[in-house]
Amino acid sequence: MAKLIYDKTGRLLFTKEMRREYTLLFPMMAPIHFTILGNVFRHFGYHPELLTTTGPEIAQTGLKYVHNDTCYPAILVIGQLIHALQSGKYDLDKVALMITQTGGGCRASNYIYLLRKALKKAGLEHIPVVSVNLSGMEKNPGFKLTLPIIRRVVGAIVYGDALMLLKNQTKPYEQNDGQTDALVDHWTDYLVKKLNKGEGCSKKEIRETLKQIVADFANVPVCRTPKVKVGVVGEIYVKYASLGNNNLEDFLASQDCEVNLPGILSFALFKVDNRLEDIKLYGGSKLKFFVVNKLMRYCEALESILIESIKEAPQFIPPSPYQHTKSLVKGVIGYGDKMGEGWLLTAEMLELVEMGYENIVCTQPFGCLPNHICGKGMIRKIREIDERANIVAIDYDAGATRVNQENRIKLMLAVAKEQLTNKEDTCGI
Amino acid sequence: MRIGLDIGSTTIKCVVLDDQNHFIYQSYERHFSQIIESCGQLLAKIRSRFPEQQEAYLAISGSAGIGIAENAAIPFVQEVYAARVCVNRLLPNTDVVIELGGEDAKILFLTNGLEVRMNGSCAGGTGAFIDQMASLLNVTPEELDTLAKQKEKTYTIASRCGVFAKTDIQPLLNQGARKPDVAASIYNAVVSQTIAGLAQGREITGNIVYLGGPLTFSSSLRQSFDEALHTTGVCPENSLYYVAIGAAFCADQSIDLKKASDAIAHYQAKGNFSYRAPLFSDQAEYDTFLTRHNRCRAPRGDLLSYHGKTYIGIDAGSTTVKAVVMGEHNELLHEVYLPNSGNPVPLIRTFLTELYEQKPDIQIAAAAVTGYGEELIRSAFCADYGIVETVAHFTAAKSFLPDVQFVIDIGGQDIKCFKIHNGAIDNIFLNEACSSGCGSFLQTFANALHYSPEEFSKLGLLAKKPVDLGSRCTVFMNSSVKQAQKDGASIEDISAGLSLAVVKNALYKVIRASSPGELGKKIVVQGGTFLNDAVLRAFEQEIGTEVIRPDISGLMGAYGAALYAKQKAQKDQKSTIISQKELAEFTHDIRVVTCGLCNNHCRLTVNTFHDGRKFIGGNRCERPVTKAASSDERNLYAYKRQKLFSYAPVEGKRGTIGIPMGLNMYELLPFWHTFFTKLSFKVHRSPVSSRALYTNGQQTIPSDTVCYPAKLMHGHVQALIDEGIDTIFYPCMSYNFDEHLGDNHYNCPVVAYYPEVIGANMASLQGKMLIKDYVGIHRKKDFPKKMHAVLSQYFSDITLKEVQDAATAAYAEYDAYLLDIRKKGEEMIAQARSENRQIIVLSGRPYHVDPEINHGIDKLITSFGATVISEDVLSVHAKKTKRNVLNQWTYHARLYAAADYVSTQPDMELVQLVSFGCGVDAITTDEVRDILERNGKIYTQIKIDEISNLGAVTIRLRSLFAAIGR
Repeated sequence: MAKLIYDKTGRLLFTKEMRREYTLLFPMMAPIHFTILGNVFRHFGYHPELLTTTGPEIAQTGLKYVHNDTCYPAILVIGQLIHALQSGKYDLDKVALMITQTGGGCRASNYIYLLRKALKKAGLEHIPVVSVNLSGMEKNPGFKLTLPIIRRVVGAIVYGDALMLLKNQTKPYEQNDGQTDALVDHWTDYLVKKLNKGEGCSKKEIRETLKQIVADFANVPVCRTPKVKVGVVGEIYVKYASLGNNNLEDFLASQDCEVNLPGILSFALFKVDNRLEDIKLYGGSKLKFFVVNKLMRYCEALESILIESIKEAPQFIPPSPYQHTKSLVKGVIGYGDKMGEGWLLTAEMLELVEMGYENIVCTQPFGCLPNHICGKGMIRKIREIDERANIVAIDYDAGATRVNQENRIKLMLAVAKEQLTNKEDTCGI
Repeated sequence: MRIGLDIGSTTIKCVVLDDQNHFIYQSYERHFSQIIESCGQLLAKIRSRFPEQQEAYLAISGSAGIGIAENAAIPFVQEVYAARVCVNRLLPNTDVVIELGGEDAKILFLTNGLEVRMNGSCAGGTGAFIDQMASLLNVTPEELDTLAKQKEKTYTIASRCGVFAKTDIQPLLNQGARKPDVAASIYNAVVSQTIAGLAQGREITGNIVYLGGPLTFSSSLRQSFDEALHTTGVCPENSLYYVAIGAAFCADQSIDLKKASDAIAHYQAKGNFSYRAPLFSDQAEYDTFLTRHNRCRAPRGDLLSYHGKTYIGIDAGSTTVKAVVMGEHNELLHEVYLPNSGNPVPLIRTFLTELYEQKPDIQIAAAAVTGYGEELIRSAFCADYGIVETVAHFTAAKSFLPDVQFVIDIGGQDIKCFKIHNGAIDNIFLNEACSSGCGSFLQTFANALHYSPEEFSKLGLLAKKPVDLGSRCTVFMNSSVKQAQKDGASIEDISAGLSLAVVKNALYKVIRASSPGELGKKIVVQGGTFLNDAVLRAFEQEIGTEVIRPDISGLMGAYGAALYAKQKAQKDQKSTIISQKELAEFTHDIRVVTCGLCNNHCRLTVNTFHDGRKFIGGNRCERPVTKAASSDERNLYAYKRQKLFSYAPVEGKRGTIGIPMGLNMYELLPFWHTFFTKLSFKVHRSPVSSRALYTNGQQTIPSDTVCYPAKLMHGHVQALIDEGIDTIFYPCMSYNFDEHLGDNHYNCPVVAYYPEVIGANMASLQGKMLIKDYVGIHRKKDFPKKMHAVLSQYFSDITLKEVQDAATAAYAEYDAYLLDIRKKGEEMIAQARSENRQIIVLSGRPYHVDPEINHGIDKLITSFGATVISEDVLSVHAKKTKRNVLNQWTYHARLYAAADYVSTQPDMELVQLVSFGCGVDAITTDEVRDILERNGKIYTQIKIDEISNLGAVTIRLRSLFAAIGR
């Protein structure tokens, strides 16, 4: 075990020694993205390990160690980490945990504290926890988000978004079962290797690699019979994590739908943009504005590479540019609504409707505070703007049953199928 | 031939149509969760009735039908969709359909943009809820309907979920409210729940159709809907069968009926539900367990042959009434355990009458009453003492285990547990309204499955695979149970699973323990629910410790009361309890009046007894009883209200601007009032919150799980509109003032952005001006310029200079207001100290000052003789300190700071108010508890919602006062 060093507030630090020796466990969210992301850190000398565990024990563990009224993602994320520590699979003297912290006004910023409380309850206080954030909270001598890392993280997100999008738009129509998944695996492996070597994240490399990826997916033989198109938005964890949303994507696939999950890059852009909006709304440092704006421009440049690459193959619907998505909520909800997914969630619903994914599942943990506003609170307004919007809001929770959730989604799908039939009928005439 | 099956949560509906779509068969029956069997029988019936039909167009619908349909390869039609198809065909002019089922509530908007809404997972059952409420009143659902027609007045009953409503109804009954009034109130609650939960900002108008069981069977319910919606809806012929008919219409595959029957009969569930270790592996293990527990017995004696003093203990609980007669050596001489079907008075009367008849020469030295009905029973029968339930249970537990460390009592609908520290009750856990109903839940479930509760729980003892149902509120459990059944769990597995769930609920939701060590090794379990061996075993398994269950587990409250009476009684005391002679003349009359002494408008039940004595129930403060002047001079909440409401409108050249008086406006009114008055606006705030104000804006609430303070905002804005205000100012504010107590100074997401919800969901704002821009009062220097830009969008003639001046005045007034509150708070503290009064720091958010939100808890506390101040008076004394949580919200930072300060003051206790649904408080409550307990203080949390009854709150507060020896 490495020497345990605490800062002056009593927080256990992640030291340089730990960086060399310790395995850094981190919880699952979006599988494609996170598989790639972990390897960014590997190249910089960390030993990350993504937890891919599933099953009811994870929620049970979470419920045991976290306040039960806390949001469901906290219960699952902490449950998954503690469950892993208690599994016997890891040397508890050589393991640390890593989670993200946004620093926003939502209680999600408190996950790391809840995790520490949980570790204490479980008698695992000697396990260091690393906060991954851009706000300068909780510094550690052995962990630093350097510019090269940030650049690669953004690159990994771009790759993840591309693969997720291509997979979602290809798999429902593929003629040879399993071909799309195999392709996703192939490219994930490729990217993992590249990133391990520290390669693949320059703009040029991204552009070239994406080109090949898109070409590969475009070559998958498909039969594009019209399917119900469903967009999924919501609180970021339950939106992406199958553990959090009872395998929502699989369920929708089983109901013969094409799914669209707006990517993580736009969320990253949103979080960066918030810092600019704050200054615009309330005033603030010009220098900070300048620096943040630079990061914003960098991410947007990558976004256009992503969009351009996907446009290469006309059968795919690319994501809308962030600025366009943002323009959709003008007059609907203010740009100051930044906690949780904030106005972006509303914007994504409008974007999806615009792109033809007018059937939407809006996911949130039971009692999610920001979603009272930007999710459920905006559905009426969205329908006012575009009547085609067919939205169902689903709450996820350790106690909510899958059958209830699926029944509600089925209701949304029944209306969607009717609309689809009407559309076909109109085409027929 | 077309067949539609609608398999709901409690019933199966079936219709058969001929090729011309005429009805040739229909049936409606309860399935008692035996879905496969009932469904198979139904198809068999149809086949024997129409033997010539080999095939038919068949489709299944209904929430419980998905599994069967999938497994038997029969097309499934989502039930709301099916209803819609049917309505479109049969009643094409319909605008809105309201359908209530066994556990679902649905609204379909058919015109002006199709929308279909179903109740969220929280809203709970409706048909099942009505059944449950009927059984609480001890009537059939039909009788409930008849009763409601004789209503004289209605009570407010919380409408969020069944469990809440129950908490409201039980005390009403205990206090002697009329059954017809309660019945009508139940229907009103259902209506309110449907509208609040489902309309979600959309108005229900036009041609309305009522469907489903409850609305078909109860004309009172239909009438309640009509009244609430100001319309007359139609309940069409076949209103029970619309979903089934819709399914029949949608059926597009011809299906071989024999094959379908076989497929259903062979529907072997998957058996992949998650399960836990069995409670007992075999009978022998169970026997050992029984032997161990049977050793723990209370001393007994024979009443008839007994000579000497006796002590009577009565526990008038929420669902049962218990009474014991105890001798001088603590021996039990006589006991009764009766279900309480509403009014406990006649039960106790019978108990006493029979006691006097059995033993006319009985010497009663003292009598004590505890439980929900304590005050009523005590005054009805002139008992000597009343004690709070927790103290009664502790007293009883001590007699079995003198060094007991932890007592847990699971009763009919509540869990009470407490830690004992230095011989005093130290830490009380009561289940919050959300997870209550534990014992009665088991009972309801047993009844639903046609078992007695005893039989049902026994089934689980030797179950091989107890279902893992998690630890959540009963409504959720209900659907989990259904899911497990669908997955092939046997009734035994479910019984065991429910016992486990009750235990887990208690441990992880109420006590929130993570290890058995937290509870200590000396544990006494009691309450009727622990008489259930399965629950007891599950508890021992879960915490890994053997516990003590007295054989009088269900009577502990009453026994404790008797012990207490004995401790308190003087040497030659003779009980004041009603004599045999008086008892013969005893009468009890109940009248309901509304108290008009303050804004709470409590509905009082005035109980009058044979000798003219009166008992008033339902009051929140002492005023209607003692007629004394208010105790506002030691209530900072009252002072704050008075101060805030004194900001009066001043005529101004720029016209009127309205401010909704809720959420953060409860603290920022001085700021904005001054700001706009300075800018020559007449500032008009919305009226004080009330239930009526809430109802008025209720149908525009989009998210039914948001906190009550936020929901009230809809009513406030509507009130402003109704008063003819055209300009409403309600800004979005991510940030609050930085008071330098925390790491950041956010508002919570709801406070920060609720104006967005108001703007997007209140159609009545059309043509009005809602100023909901984002403003940053936290940046004093930037504020005038930014605010000027905001206002310039709406008013062309306001200059920057004016805004600057107004801002200066506003900041000054805000500071002066806070200072004044603090000064007043300090005065009250000094006064309390000079009078040796307990000081209660009632903590929460600024808007918890609203009497409709706190339900008069501040007055309740002062009625106990304590002084009430708020957290912001003390938070200035504390320095910024490192917390175990991210301390990033301004209001919440005050809580931690106040907790720090209270920890240093021996005559102060902190009581935290928490609004139901407040996600942020999941974090703050833990931290505040931590701070207080680290410093040896007691933490008291009170969860508040639409609930207006203070029964549980009173227990908590009285226990607190008992524990600190006041």
